[in-house]
Amino acid sequence: MATEVLMPALSPTMEEGTLAKCLVKEGDKVKSGQIIAEIETDKATMEFEATDEGTVGKLLVAEGTAGVKVNTPIAVIVDDGEAYSAAPAAAVVAAVLAAPVAAVSAPAAAVAIVSRASADWPADAPMKTMTVREALREAMAEEMRANPNVFLMGEEVGEYQGAYKISQGLLDEFGPKRIIDTPITEMGFTGIAVGAAWGGLNPIVEFMTFNFSLQAIDHILNSAAKTNYMSGGQLGCSIVFRGTNGAAARVGAQHSQDFAAWYAAIPGLKVAMPYSAADAKGLLKSAIRDGNPVIFLENEILYGQSFEVPDLPDFTIPFGKARIWREGSDVTIVSFGIGMKYALEAADLLTKDGISAEVIDLRTLRPIDYDTVLASVMKTNRCVTVEEGFPVGSIGDHLASTIMQRAFDHLDAPVVTCTGKDVPMPYAANLEKLALLTTADVVAAVKSVCYR
Amino acid sequence: MATKKTLEKSNISKNDLLQYYREMLLIRRFEEKAGQLYGMGLIGGFCHLYIGQEAVVVGLEACTKEGDKRITSYRDHGHMLACGMDPKGVMAELTGRAGGYSRGKGGSMHMFSREKHFYGGHGIVGAQVPLGAGLAFSDWYKGNDNVSFTYFGDGAANQGQVYETYNMAELWNLPVIFVIENNGYAMGTSIKRSTKSVTFFGRGAAYGIPGEQVDGMDVMAVKAAGEKAVAHCRAGKGPYILEMMTYRYRGHSMSDPAKYRTREEVEKIKSEKDCIEHVRDLLTQGGLASDEELKAIDKSIKEIVNEAAEFAKDSPEPDLSELFTDIYV
Ligand SMILES: Cc1ncc(C[n+]2csc(CCOP(=O)(O)OP(=O)(O)O)c2C)c(N)n1
Ligand SMILES: [Mg+2]
Repeated sequence: MATEVLMPALSPTMEEGTLAKCLVKEGDKVKSGQIIAEIETDKATMEFEATDEGTVGKLLVAEGTAGVKVNTPIAVIVDDGEAYSAAPAAAVVAAVLAAPVAAVSAPAAAVAIVSRASADWPADAPMKTMTVREALREAMAEEMRANPNVFLMGEEVGEYQGAYKISQGLLDEFGPKRIIDTPITEMGFTGIAVGAAWGGLNPIVEFMTFNFSLQAIDHILNSAAKTNYMSGGQLGCSIVFRGTNGAAARVGAQHSQDFAAWYAAIPGLKVAMPYSAADAKGLLKSAIRDGNPVIFLENEILYGQSFEVPDLPDFTIPFGKARIWREGSDVTIVSFGIGMKYALEAADLLTKDGISAEVIDLRTLRPIDYDTVLASVMKTNRCVTVEEGFPVGSIGDHLASTIMQRAFDHLDAPVVTCTGKDVPMPYAANLEKLALLTTADVVAAVKSVCYR
Repeated sequence: MATKKTLEKSNISKNDLLQYYREMLLIRRFEEKAGQLYGMGLIGGFCHLYIGQEAVVVGLEACTKEGDKRITSYRDHGHMLACGMDPKGVMAELTGRAGGYSRGKGGSMHMFSREKHFYGGHGIVGAQVPLGAGLAFSDWYKGNDNVSFTYFGDGAANQGQVYETYNMAELWNLPVIFVIENNGYAMGTSIKRSTKSVTFFGRGAAYGIPGEQVDGMDVMAVKAAGEKAVAHCRAGKGPYILEMMTYRYRGHSMSDPAKYRTREEVEKIKSEKDCIEHVRDLLTQGGLASDEELKAIDKSIKEIVNEAAEFAKDSPEPDLSELFTDIYV
């Protein structure tokens, strides 16, 4: 029987890849487990093993072909002694292609900036396109070049080049004294990093994902955040805790959670959660320079997204300053991080219904730029908040209460908060979809506050 | 280690050996199939395959009796199959379907079976270690002689909570076997790069816990060590540490570029130490089983796995109303 070898999905978010190397020829015998090809994605190059034994009947995709979609047949394996014929295998392909593909990620297209040039950089600044991943890497590299006391520590940040490839190449440039691979001991290395910061260094601690920061949360809260206060201002702590936060794709309840509201609740911490590459770069540079502990929340799905970033030698974004991505007059949508994706998409869709939405990206959650939010709500008289985290005690709850206290007379409708559902993240594809925030949720919320 | 062993020195029967062969092969074929379904997009997220390490769970499960408990990390498919959980239910959980052990809500890393005393399936490295000791605490408290098999990796073995647990387990005489599956790597970090202590089992000495290192590629050596550890625990002498020297053939998870080790290193272990080939050699060279007999086993395993895969594809997705069930008991 002929078996199709299909382009495999090698990571939860992979949609296509390059067939970098083909290690077998037509007529070769292959064994189960034998490496038959090398596949390249934006994240890494991976070996691909045969799952059945037999003879390579036909190679269907040439070595070096880029943009091969997941599930495309790349070769046909026939039983030993059998000849290759094009017909019978076709049925197998059809069956396989009919299977649902667990693809989540957003296309890596550049996002158009709808509003006028951002006030964060001069209108005539030279711009370059880069991914959020590259922007984060560049921010760390620039600050490490500028300040010898800055170092990066975490699991797989060095030799492995980063579990999500944020630190790719940094070990080569800065060496193992400054790009430090740790054992899997979050509580220990977080405490060590806080101590090192008290000793005058500027650590960047990478959590492979923020889910694992829970192992270290005691040091983040009790040691890093509170000691300046408890010491009467003597023991400040210049440290950045960064890593991917929030839902990834199909990784279940322990690996899919947004900690924005958790950390934003803590006095003594600063919290940033950028959406665009420019903000990722500018805010991370500010975070590293800051004398306080900063929680820097990234997002796996955004890592590969491209944005325009100003190409300026010393570009930073200050904390506590929101960005208006899009001006509007009917409703204010406030979001941050990946929530911005839904907020912006919703704003686009709403124009078809004649609703003009102003979209604000908070960018930092501690401090929060209340003034920008309040000014906008006083103009539009309606507000919807958008975030991925749990509904109870959300950032949206906090904004709603602030708006109620400071702009009550300006409101024409209650503030509506869009959040993830009040459940641990399920694994099943259909339930996960239901648990996550969607653009449609935002559209519906806006319509409800506009009484439409 | 290519020297062929004979059965003479051990008291393992032909039937035992055939049983181990069957169980190890089931895990391997199951995992290969899971890898295939992952590549087709039918399984999502992380998927950590157990290929190469099969002898560890199969040898230790051979030492268990009804009521014994087991708990492990996210690399859990093999443990579930070895303790008798249904391949169909495991595979259907991998595809996130209603027929899965967690009804599609847990996924590859989070499956459980009260019936088989399998307590997961845990995604936070090291977290299962105190949990496993807690299961042992429940048996100690109730006064029965059951044992808790608590599996964790070489990477997990550096987590602080492991040592807090060692201290209390010995202090309170808990019937827990700490099984360190030392496969040489924690993701891309080889043990040489994560610790300077020479052995993991030896760390128990600081707390008074006995332990030993075992060839985890040899199912009979695993069984023998397991018997000793189990006897120690059942006799009320407290915890025991088994450091299983093993190897994972595949990447850490499906998306691991595996640049931290050479292809030669992997091939060398596959060709010289493979746990399944080892038993196959013993069976054929010792004249205990014919090629036909083994082929028939291979075929029946393939059928079980194919059936599991079909079930996992055909089982419906959970009903949407399930989103809000099971949050509380
Ligand atoms: C607390 C925590 N930190 C980090 C991770 C990410 N992570 C998952 S598995 C793993 C490696 C574990 O290696 P090991 O304990 O040797 O087990 P193996 O994968 O080899 O079975 C890491 C770092 C995690 N899941 N939990
Ligand atoms: Mg390991």
